[in-house]
Amino acid sequence: MQQSINSRRDFLKKAAIAGGGLVLGFSWFGADGEAPAVLKGSFPEKSIGFNSYLSIAADGRVTILSPNPELGQNIMTSFPMIVAEELDADWTKVKVEQAALDTKSFDRQLTGGSGAVPHSWKRLRMAGATARAMLIQAAATQWSVPVTECTASNGFVLHAASGKKAGFGELAALAATLQVPKDAPLKDRKDFKIIGHAVKNVANKGIVTGKPMFGLDFYREGMLFAMIQRPPAFGTKIKTVDSAAAKAMPGIIDVVVFKNNVAVVGKSTWEIIKARKLLKVEYENEGAIESTSDHNAIFRTVMDNGKPEVKRKDGDVDAAFASAAKIIKAEYQCPFLSHSPMEPMNFFAHVKADGVELVGPSQTPASARTAVSKLLNISEDKITLELTRLGGGFGRRLKFDYVLEAAELSSIIKAPVKLIWTREDDMTGGNYRPAVRYHFEAALDAKGNLVGYKCRGVGINAGNLVREDNFPSGAVDNLLIESIDYKSPVTTGAWRAPITNFLGFAEQAFIDEVAEAAGKDPVQFRLELLSKARITPAGAIKYNIDRMEGVIKMAAEKSGWGIKKPGISQGFSVYFSHQSYVAQVCEVAMQAGKPVVKKIYAAADCGQVINLSGARQQVMGGITDGLGHAMYSKLSFKNGAAEQSNFHNYRLIRMKEIPEIEPYFVDNGIDPTGLGEPALPPTGGAVANAIYKAAGKRLRNQPFMDEPVFSGKA
Amino acid sequence: MPVYNLQINGKQLTADVAADTPLLWVLRDHLGLLGTKYGCGIAQCGACTVHMNGVAMRSCSLPVSAVRTAAITTIEGLSVDGDHPLQKAWDETDVPQCGYCQAGQIMTAAALLKRNPHPSLTEIEDTMQGNICRCGAYHRIREAIQLASTKI
Ligand code: FES
Ligand code: FES
Repeated sequence: MQQSINSRRDFLKKAAIAGGGLVLGFSWFGADGEAPAVLKGSFPEKSIGFNSYLSIAADGRVTILSPNPELGQNIMTSFPMIVAEELDADWTKVKVEQAALDTKSFDRQLTGGSGAVPHSWKRLRMAGATARAMLIQAAATQWSVPVTECTASNGFVLHAASGKKAGFGELAALAATLQVPKDAPLKDRKDFKIIGHAVKNVANKGIVTGKPMFGLDFYREGMLFAMIQRPPAFGTKIKTVDSAAAKAMPGIIDVVVFKNNVAVVGKSTWEIIKARKLLKVEYENEGAIESTSDHNAIFRTVMDNGKPEVKRKDGDVDAAFASAAKIIKAEYQCPFLSHSPMEPMNFFAHVKADGVELVGPSQTPASARTAVSKLLNISEDKITLELTRLGGGFGRRLKFDYVLEAAELSSIIKAPVKLIWTREDDMTGGNYRPAVRYHFEAALDAKGNLVGYKCRGVGINAGNLVREDNFPSGAVDNLLIESIDYKSPVTTGAWRAPITNFLGFAEQAFIDEVAEAAGKDPVQFRLELLSKARITPAGAIKYNIDRMEGVIKMAAEKSGWGIKKPGISQGFSVYFSHQSYVAQVCEVAMQAGKPVVKKIYAAADCGQVINLSGARQQVMGGITDGLGHAMYSKLSFKNGAAEQSNFHNYRLIRMKEIPEIEPYFVDNGIDPTGLGEPALPPTGGAVANAIYKAAGKRLRNQPFMDEPVFSGKA
Repeated sequence: MPVYNLQINGKQLTADVAADTPLLWVLRDHLGLLGTKYGCGIAQCGACTVHMNGVAMRSCSLPVSAVRTAAITTIEGLSVDGDHPLQKAWDETDVPQCGYCQAGQIMTAAALLKRNPHPSLTEIEDTMQGNICRCGAYHRIREAIQLASTKI
């Protein structure tokens, strides 16, 4: 069950202290930090860095406070599972409370999908283990028996010799008076009863009954609604604004121009949608006005003549290529993509004389607050930011442009306002996954060994768009990895599995081409490279060879790699990203002359799986995401403006297009390394490699649907 | 502005809004029924799905003036206690990720099961094709509908 509470004082009141329970404060994020501590009825507002609390009430109820925003990565369920495991709690009696963010009291941090679990694993376990140790100590004291003879299980402490048994609730008051142990013992993973099992999302009930919990669901008496018209084309700015017709519309309070924004403020959403259409705004050029054809030309020129930054260089690349028996070259390209979380951008802001109130969905609340403080020149301690659940993020809500817009607007109109982006605003408004192009070259010796490898990436506002230390780096003696970024007015940002979301495809599809040229099986070829990296490494190796080998072998085995299946062609891919390893085998069949993706097997090594249900969901969702965008999605530009504006012309994957997906997890006892993103990068490669086997056509550009092979005529 | 008397979740509710106001915004801005979501505004994503006389409708593209005396059901009115077979199946199957699309998914599926309690896989997929889940929860959505259909 999930509930929302408003302050930590509230939590303490509701949770346990009033009824003689135990409350432990601890920190949810960060690799190190304070050890857990017992909290008494009143405690100083500022002194402690805790952002989470675990309470055991006299009636045995266990409550865990979740301080972080939830965007679908399920950590609101998986984190409390970790605490409950070490506590030996009865999961059915555990309640997760979502804290409303008050950044003054709750030290909260960014919600990156994959990064959250690894950082918190140890301290969440410690919190649970500490409470358990105290409850056991309390029982031992009460029963006058040695503490070593007492054990905890499923919400009770037991003393086997005497048959004594007490519920956590009965022991909580006494436990709260004890010294907090420094190094409470952690469980052996073979004793895990909650971790690694399938546990349902604690927010399910609220979601399926339509309870308000998202940013757009925030309403307050007297608040105004606003939408902004932004420049339709990148590289343009406002020249003139005629807002007379819009202002005359019913329900419209004001039209405000600030920066490059024309904001329509009114009393309801529909009224501002209608009025905004009546704005007459003229724009003028202030930067390059680019179309997709320009981007393609830029890719060509910069790839051939640009000045690359060398990111990694091993051996003598020129010599290796000069003496090669065979050279393979290929280029891969992807378009810009919109994040398109289902809930469009929105934020509530109320700038008052004595401070600022902000409410809404953000992946980076702390940075958003700092930026608002700078923008309005109001000190941070006067700004509260309350987080709502996020209707998806995919990286879009790492940016806080829309928070700043809301705050600035509220400060101008001196009223509480909810700023809403329409779907069209979101899709045409920038912060895209950057478009990139990669040029690969491989040199093979006479025996088909990979002796030289080059990758040069050109990106449009992509930053460093290579991952120079990823496989096959370390497995090739002569290697050159270069990156060139081109600056454009089209704005970009992190998109689920930044850079690797496309690089994973490009590299893995190219490796498939190289394996073919070498006359080797694609799985065998990768294993040979890994064994070369192990025996005679070239330069530094920053991935774990064993883990990568593990997922390769598992995916091959589970999918029956190399065993003929009638009418089915298989493609292979493996990728290391965001600290985890995922290998995939895609199966494609030809139907009516067109390739159809039937099934994808995935073998993931994300270390210890916390919640099997959530983990399967992340893998299946990540693959569906990766497949959908590789197949269908693109944003193209004409005269600086995005040509797609909503889901009628920007295609996302839908139910009929999903293949069967079979996820498997490597069980190796390594601490968790995260799973929000790593399942996505390998998908495009597995799919393209399978389609090549089935249809004889190499797919090097996304979206695949633009390729003739899908019209059945290739 | 005209006053509309609407039959929503078995209650008569009134809203004083322009005739072209989509039912979605009447529900959300004027009646405080926030379970029905905005996703696209152009009948492309299904996040705003409600029932009109038992039939699934995209409330973002349904002007309030066209509703007249029709019985509207939103996610809040689908069941008394969140115990519609689909809502139970959704939890059982652990469908939601971010959760934003799910009310619309459930309402689309509920209208299907109402007219056809035991749909084939193809019928399920054809019906659900209009609902986007950006998180990619399609496998479990499909599974949950099949599960609910066995409980009816
Ligand atoms: S909001 Fe109505 S279909 Fe998308
Ligand atoms: S659960 Fe996030 S959009 Fe469907």
